[in-house]
Amino acid sequence: MRSYLVSRVLGMVPTLAVISVIIFTVIQLPEGDIVSSTLDRLQAQGVDVTEEYVQNLRAQYNLDKPLVLQYFYWAGNFLTGDMGYSYLFSRPVNELVWERLGYTLSITVSALFFTWIVALPIGIYSAVRQYSIGDYIMTSVALVGLATPPFLLALIFMHLGFEWFGVSTGGLFSPEYEDAPWSWGRVADLLAHLWLPMIIVGMGSAAFTMRILRANLLDELNKPYVVTARAKGVRPAKLVLKYPVRIAINPFISNIGLMLPGLVSGEALVSLVMGLPTIGPLLLQSLLNQDMFLAGSLLMWLAILTVVGILLSDLLLAWVDPRIRFE
Amino acid sequence: MDAVLSIRDLAVEFKTDTGVTRALVDVGFEVPRGQVTAIVGESGSGKSVTANCIMRLIQPPGRIVGGTIDFVPQGAPPFEIVSLAKRDPRLLELHGGLISMVFQEPMTALSPVYTVGNQVAEAILCHRDVSRRQAWRESAEMFERVGLDDIERRMHMYPFEFSGGMRQRVVIAMALVCHPEVLICDEPTTALDVTIQAEILTLIKDLQRELGNSVIFITHDLGVVAQIADQVVVMYQGRVLEIGTVRQVLKDPAHPYTRGLLAAIPGLAPKGQPLATIASVVRDADIETPHPLRRLADGRRVSLPADG
Amino acid sequence: MSEAALQPTGAGPLAGVEERQAGAAISPRRLMWLRFRRHRLALASGAFLLVLYVLAAFCEFVAPYGTTTRNDDAVNAPPMRVHFFDADGRFHARPFVYAYRMEVNPDTWMREYTEDTGRPFPIRFFARGEPYEMWNLFRMDRHLFTTDAGAYIHLFGTDPLGRDMFSRVLYGGRISLSIGIVGVVLTIVLGILLGGIAGYLGGLADRVVNKAIEVLQCLPSLPLWMALSAALPVHWSPLLVYFGITIILSLFGWTALARQVRGRFLALREEEFVMAARLIGADTPRVIRKHMLPSFSSHIIATATLAVPAMILGETALSFLGIGLRPPVVSWGVLMFQAQNPLVIELTPWQMFPGLFVVLTVMAFNLLGDGLRDAADPYSTGGMK
Repeated sequence: MRSYLVSRVLGMVPTLAVISVIIFTVIQLPEGDIVSSTLDRLQAQGVDVTEEYVQNLRAQYNLDKPLVLQYFYWAGNFLTGDMGYSYLFSRPVNELVWERLGYTLSITVSALFFTWIVALPIGIYSAVRQYSIGDYIMTSVALVGLATPPFLLALIFMHLGFEWFGVSTGGLFSPEYEDAPWSWGRVADLLAHLWLPMIIVGMGSAAFTMRILRANLLDELNKPYVVTARAKGVRPAKLVLKYPVRIAINPFISNIGLMLPGLVSGEALVSLVMGLPTIGPLLLQSLLNQDMFLAGSLLMWLAILTVVGILLSDLLLAWVDPRIRFE
Repeated sequence: MDAVLSIRDLAVEFKTDTGVTRALVDVGFEVPRGQVTAIVGESGSGKSVTANCIMRLIQPPGRIVGGTIDFVPQGAPPFEIVSLAKRDPRLLELHGGLISMVFQEPMTALSPVYTVGNQVAEAILCHRDVSRRQAWRESAEMFERVGLDDIERRMHMYPFEFSGGMRQRVVIAMALVCHPEVLICDEPTTALDVTIQAEILTLIKDLQRELGNSVIFITHDLGVVAQIADQVVVMYQGRVLEIGTVRQVLKDPAHPYTRGLLAAIPGLAPKGQPLATIASVVRDADIETPHPLRRLADGRRVSLPADG
Repeated sequence: MSEAALQPTGAGPLAGVEERQAGAAISPRRLMWLRFRRHRLALASGAFLLVLYVLAAFCEFVAPYGTTTRNDDAVNAPPMRVHFFDADGRFHARPFVYAYRMEVNPDTWMREYTEDTGRPFPIRFFARGEPYEMWNLFRMDRHLFTTDAGAYIHLFGTDPLGRDMFSRVLYGGRISLSIGIVGVVLTIVLGILLGGIAGYLGGLADRVVNKAIEVLQCLPSLPLWMALSAALPVHWSPLLVYFGITIILSLFGWTALARQVRGRFLALREEEFVMAARLIGADTPRVIRKHMLPSFSSHIIATATLAVPAMILGETALSFLGIGLRPPVVSWGVLMFQAQNPLVIELTPWQMFPGLFVVLTVMAFNLLGDGLRDAADPYSTGGMK
């Protein structure tokens, strides 16, 4: 188990390195760079820009160096915790990221739990009572849930929230807590606002997971080891949970890894619609304004979030399934 | 005869896309207490379905449509199995407590995610109110009986760390750990290689003598029947063709189908002649028309017209 | 007794699944069709999609108006109802709609529309209407249905500029639906090429492709799509942007298919019929083309069908954010861009029609794909291993 853990953690390093190269390439793609857009702005304001000033500016951002070297400066700074400076907000990227990463994390993780809590019992029920009315209802709901884009869901839920409860469902805080320092009241307020984005972000993956769990469980239900267990007198409820479900949730656990990128994507989208202070809206703004240090850092953080999440789900899987431990 | 199980007029149907298939037609025989009864037949003859009926393991689209299975255990009041309600507590007691089963595939009969010790001890915990430690100790004893060594370590291992033969020993230990009165073995040696087959057969026979339980042994291999059985039931297409002692059936088969089966065994047929196939026998004997079982003078029963 | 009786058709839970011998004379393709036909829902979804694609392909003809035609008498007007009976209860064989009667609500200052039962607009089929260029090739002016000059018909209502939603949804469908198909074709090419190379050659190629798949599956796709779409030059023509977006969507979409193809290739490489083909002297391309591809083409079709929704949802999401396709191009995502505010649902819910079509289309593709997969593999119940 320990060697598995070590090899998995070490395996993360090249993955993240490749990802950082991809992200660096992507943020280099748009025409122009931060200096040219700064110059544009200055010229628009009527400031005369000397050639020397431009050179200094380029040197300051290492833009006069070859691209490969620029990458290493960027990656090196990122590793030492310096993510550069956001021109859009005139603040260090670090501050901006830390402000928002926590919210992104809490929405994504809570959506993950929502996925489990909803999909697990419903998936089991649907498989065990295959072709019952409940099964038909649940699979139909899952089908619709899978087909509805999260932003549409967000719009509909916000509308319903307004219609039924008369509350504005946008944001993560009530106005009185918006800028307040952290307190228990603020935490409670956050939780009270968190459930809606949680459901919206988690809906698609819950539907997906439920369908997969149902299909897997149907495959497992008539496997010989289940019949053996039944033949030795295991009670029906325990039989289902201990034998087929235990096997059927294995792909379910490994799917957390595959689900995370989707959840992070969904979270970004939903945050944009609902105006949540997470990384998603910041990313869109930075992309639209070519604030590439900020965009690169945000993309990198989202990638780290998913890579670590995938690692955790793999470890969980190894813990649950001895076959993987012993490989 | 002291019968632990009396099966009468058992009928099972399977609903398929193309219509209803009758898997069992008026099957009836007795399982004598403390003896080994072998059910022989080709695949599709209904021998496994019969076993699953005794265990009430028939699942949709299959359905028991008629017949009775009277069970007379020594350690519990007698009852009829077919009419038991799905939630009858006697059904849970029956499973593994009074009757248990060993399946064909030792590779898939155990869950890969629990240790074998856990899965064997669970059988005890399902039927008796004992501590985990006690169940584990009794399991260890049973592991020893089925011929496994290095038991404390082995019990903590997972099924996929075992060879096929060892796994089948585990499954047998699991089946016998509650000392059931009837052990049903559904082709327990088919998936194993030949040397291991012999070992497992000897093990089942030895344990049966030692524990005194009754055994229903399902196989298509007449060599295995000769080795292990006291009584033989020959089945074909969901019907019983012949019932008799192993000596009667193998030495002097009364039914042409049984004779055909015997003639098709390589080595038993006369040298220099092509081996007989079942298909030819079936055509010759015209056994497609069912006949009720008829008792012959020597006590055996056969499905043949009275003048045949 | 039938042959089925000999088979352990369902002889208890332990019995293996066995295909009927009767299928021996049927070609695999026909067998797949026979199995597919049993999935009623998948069949219905296929029919629905077919209709949708035909409507989108001929949208110039089907839609009564162009995407930019404005009706100043109907701004943010609700969908019209098609009538056969007039206000007096009289039946008319030719269906008609009633003109809008607009009033400004004195409290909210909102325009409110009701039916003006005094002004029926009969619906004319295959009649002359607004001229258009079919597929940018022929000038035509016949429409599937339209009204007389001076009258108007808005089956899905109008948007804030008085443009006909029904027409815009149809034109948007052409873009959104075709992005799904074009993107999936690209995905298939990439997936088969890379997955096939990895699976057939093995070794270093396999490791490189595998690592690429692993890395790409770790990436949250939407943020990267966002970054890449933002990188598309502003001065690109709508057509270039369209292909740019499609390529971006496919860049991350091929991994699942490639993994599947690779797995199948690895398994098939060991099959005896492949070995036999090689032993009689077939070269590698021939082995792949003649022996390996046909044996899993049905799986590829099923997987590709299930990949279309991701493409459509991706385009919709990007355009919804304003970084995908942009007006004057009309796609379902672009149409949704106007409905960013929940107030839109409140006041003009018919603006959500594009969203409804997205949901229906994605559902239909999922159902169709499930049916195809089941038909391609009788043992599968849709699980993931």
